[in-house]
Amino acid sequence: MADANNGRIEIEGVTKRFLTPGGEVFTAIKDVSFTVEPGQFCAVVGPTGCGKSTTLGMVSGLDRPSEGTVKVGGKVVDGITDGVSFMFQADALLPWKTVLANVALGPIFKGASKAEAQARARDWLRRVGLTGFEDRYPHQLSGGMRKRVAMAAALINEPKILMMDEPFGALDVQTKAIMSNELLGLWEQSRPAVLFITHDLDEAVALADKVVVMTSSPGTVKAVYDIDLPRPRGSVQEIRFEPRFLELQHQIWDTLREEVERAYARTAGGPVTEGKAA
Amino acid sequence: MSTASPSTATASVDGVAAGQTPSDAAKSARRAALNRKLSVWGARIGLAVVIIGGWQAFTTWGIVDPFFFGQPSGIWSRLIDLFQNGTEFGSFYENIWVTIEEALLGFAVGAVSGVILGVLLGQSRFLADVLGPYIKIVNAIPRIVLGAIFVVAFGIGATPKILLAAVLVFFVVFFNAFQGVREVDRNILANAKVLGASQLQIVRHVVVPSALTWIIASLHTAFGFAIVGALVGEVLGAQQGLGLVIKTAQNNFDPNGVFATMLVIAVLVLVAESLISRLERRLLSWRPPAPSEAANSI
Ligand SMILES: Nc1ncnc2c1ncn2[C@@H]1O[C@H](COP(=O)(O)OP(=O)(O)OP(=O)(O)O)[C@@H](O)[C@H]1O
Ligand SMILES: [Mg+2]
Repeated sequence: MADANNGRIEIEGVTKRFLTPGGEVFTAIKDVSFTVEPGQFCAVVGPTGCGKSTTLGMVSGLDRPSEGTVKVGGKVVDGITDGVSFMFQADALLPWKTVLANVALGPIFKGASKAEAQARARDWLRRVGLTGFEDRYPHQLSGGMRKRVAMAAALINEPKILMMDEPFGALDVQTKAIMSNELLGLWEQSRPAVLFITHDLDEAVALADKVVVMTSSPGTVKAVYDIDLPRPRGSVQEIRFEPRFLELQHQIWDTLREEVERAYARTAGGPVTEGKAA
Repeated sequence: MSTASPSTATASVDGVAAGQTPSDAAKSARRAALNRKLSVWGARIGLAVVIIGGWQAFTTWGIVDPFFFGQPSGIWSRLIDLFQNGTEFGSFYENIWVTIEEALLGFAVGAVSGVILGVLLGQSRFLADVLGPYIKIVNAIPRIVLGAIFVVAFGIGATPKILLAAVLVFFVVFFNAFQGVREVDRNILANAKVLGASQLQIVRHVVVPSALTWIIASLHTAFGFAIVGALVGEVLGAQQGLGLVIKTAQNNFDPNGVFATMLVIAVLVLVAESLISRLERRLLSWRPPAPSEAANSI
């Protein structure tokens, strides 16, 4: 089993094909290669349907590549990768468990006693600002609170690699900014390698050390940008006004726009609008 | 009637007009709810009076022959007679208990095996493919034939009734459990896997709770089937039980006796139903409330 102890992710020439219900072969991603160093925050941007979630699925070991290899900590991924946490694009909390029980699942699955797991879960809920909501069920929380619970549940096992698939995609702008700041704060404490998918280029540049731009379907890596903004970054709302941020943002957007427009034209078949998406 | 479909809407208060204070609004909402309740109960009782009264009247006037169709007053006195004087096969209470016992045991055996097999087959594609056709074949056999086989094989004791009830319950619960397991949310499953859950932990924390909505919905129907299984078994051959009481009443051209026993059975099923509803509320307390209380109250 791959072990994330040295949390280096190496994706080498990975192609993933699916069999469509019609019996045709559909290539979701093609010859994708990039590396995430231990402790690095890597954002992946690309038009919808380009295979971002698919890529993450293969790093976590939930799915296998059709061609190429994914290595974590130098070992080829086969089965669920150890030391990895995943925040899914869709809500993945267990609706029949309370907030506390949801967060405690990680330690329980790793063999901790119930009391110990709950104590740690309480501590993590405090860190994400949800003290007092331990006994609620997920449906009794707001969307933002559910994301906090998911974040606590993902971080409680102290992963070496944290994968996040558009974690704040469904949130309003203010909540998103607050959550991004909180994420950065928590990340600075334990420094896992992060693979962060987003549609929001500003978010990607504000948070990441490295931004991978993918082409429209079938997705390949179009370009990789190093974000040399200093850390700690401070508030994501403020960094947006720094000249270096704007420069990087424009540069990446020029690369990304073409792909977004191509993907949009393909799915919507409608006119292509100029301008910035996020 | 409760359904298996989860609902996310929440109850709203009708009749909150602009300008009303919250306490006024609450008061008028309470009054509206009370009025609604009263009119529903009024209509219910009215309907019962019309049907039972009509039945009584038609049989009294000789338009319908009470010898074949019974008569409400006769049913009532027959019921009292049954409770006071018992039957040819021991007291009425004893007979009721025999049927309850058979139904409960059959229910337990059928429900437990249905859940276990449903979860197993839902989890394992291989097992489902191998056993699927056989389960369909057994399911296609008319139950009354099975009942006859059980009576031949196990005599006229409790065993064939329990088995027949269990078989009836099993298929209802099995198909629901199987479907429930198949419907488990893929994201939640993937999440548990990544968090490091073993196969057993996934079944315990994810698969079974998720399928529980389906399983409990099936238990409502299943208890009715358990009673049917016990009764049919008794009709096919028994020394005691409500099925035998009905069969004897039928042979004696005593429609009132049949109806009186039927009434007792209906009460049994309703009590069981309300117990299952209570269990449902406890086990599924995590679910968001139904769109309106009215949808829950029937
Ligand atoms: N199990 C599957 N079977 C067939 N096709 C699939 C399957 N999973 C994904 N795909 C296809 O692969 C492509 C990439 O999907 P993926 O979910 O990775 O996109 P994405 O980049 O995450 O998109 P979004 O940003 O909208 O979430 C899509 O066109 C999708 O239809
Ligand atoms: Mg996706």
